[in-house]
Amino acid sequence: MARPAPEPVQVVKQRRDAALRALVDGVPYIQFLGITFERRGDELTAILGFDEKLIGNPFLPAIHGGVTAAFLEVTGIICLSWSLIWEEVESGALNLEALEAGDLPRLPKTINFTVDYLRSGLPRDAYARARITRSGRRYASVQVEAWQDNRDRPIAQAQAHFLMPRRDD
Amino acid sequence: MTADKARIARQFIELIPHAKALGMSITEIGDGIAEITMPYDPRLVGDPKSGVIHGGAVSTLMDTTSGASVMSHPASPAGTATIDLRIDYMRAATPGQAITARATCHHVTRSVAFVHAVAFDDDRENPVATGTGTFTVEG
Repeated sequence: MARPAPEPVQVVKQRRDAALRALVDGVPYIQFLGITFERRGDELTAILGFDEKLIGNPFLPAIHGGVTAAFLEVTGIICLSWSLIWEEVESGALNLEALEAGDLPRLPKTINFTVDYLRSGLPRDAYARARITRSGRRYASVQVEAWQDNRDRPIAQAQAHFLMPRRDD
Repeated sequence: MTADKARIARQFIELIPHAKALGMSITEIGDGIAEITMPYDPRLVGDPKSGVIHGGAVSTLMDTTSGASVMSHPASPAGTATIDLRIDYMRAATPGQAITARATCHHVTRSVAFVHAVAFDDDRENPVATGTGTFTVEG
């Protein structure tokens, strides 16, 4: 029994990257903060490019704690949304044209968000990754961690609960 | 003395580049209470379909207001940094309306300040979010 030939790698990458780009570029606040995402397979790393307007304490200087919280929350929402559309991206069931035209899937809503500040955010780029500890039909639980120069010295960690978007099928 | 503290806290908040970027303005400060307003801005939208402001911008407003309340508390020396902050989101802020946060620093020890905060839009009776935070006491 012959298996169907796997799709060419460029086709797979192009579809994944287009879906991710549509998800991220559609949100004005993500553009405002200057957050981008890098993808390795299904793993996402969020990057907060440093900018003067992100400063919260001009005397240290340090990134605003609210920016750090927002960065973690954005990372959590995008990673959770990404996990929700992943199957459809892989199967090709996702309508990429509609997504690129701005017809985004409904996003999860934040129920609550707890952030621990571990070190002050220095005036340079920051990175974050999320771990979805539970993804149910109605609720999801997500942990997010942000770091700068040293992966083993996180600047902040967050625990968040999200209300899942209703599925219309 | 307290008026002086409020003035210093106000000056500090007004110097924060990110608070400026979000258009925040202090409407009340003193004796451990701070209130800050952030106008509606399309750049801060988190859900393009509805035009609702992103939770992250609300978090930033609540963090700034909470820090300001600590700085304005009579028992707090001067500087502060957030240790942790928990925010519960009750509802989406109404698109087009400014969001205001009001924070109360209700207890200060030698090392830690405790804060409650609430955020609302034009409907003050139904908060958009509430927050609980602890802050360092520096100085």
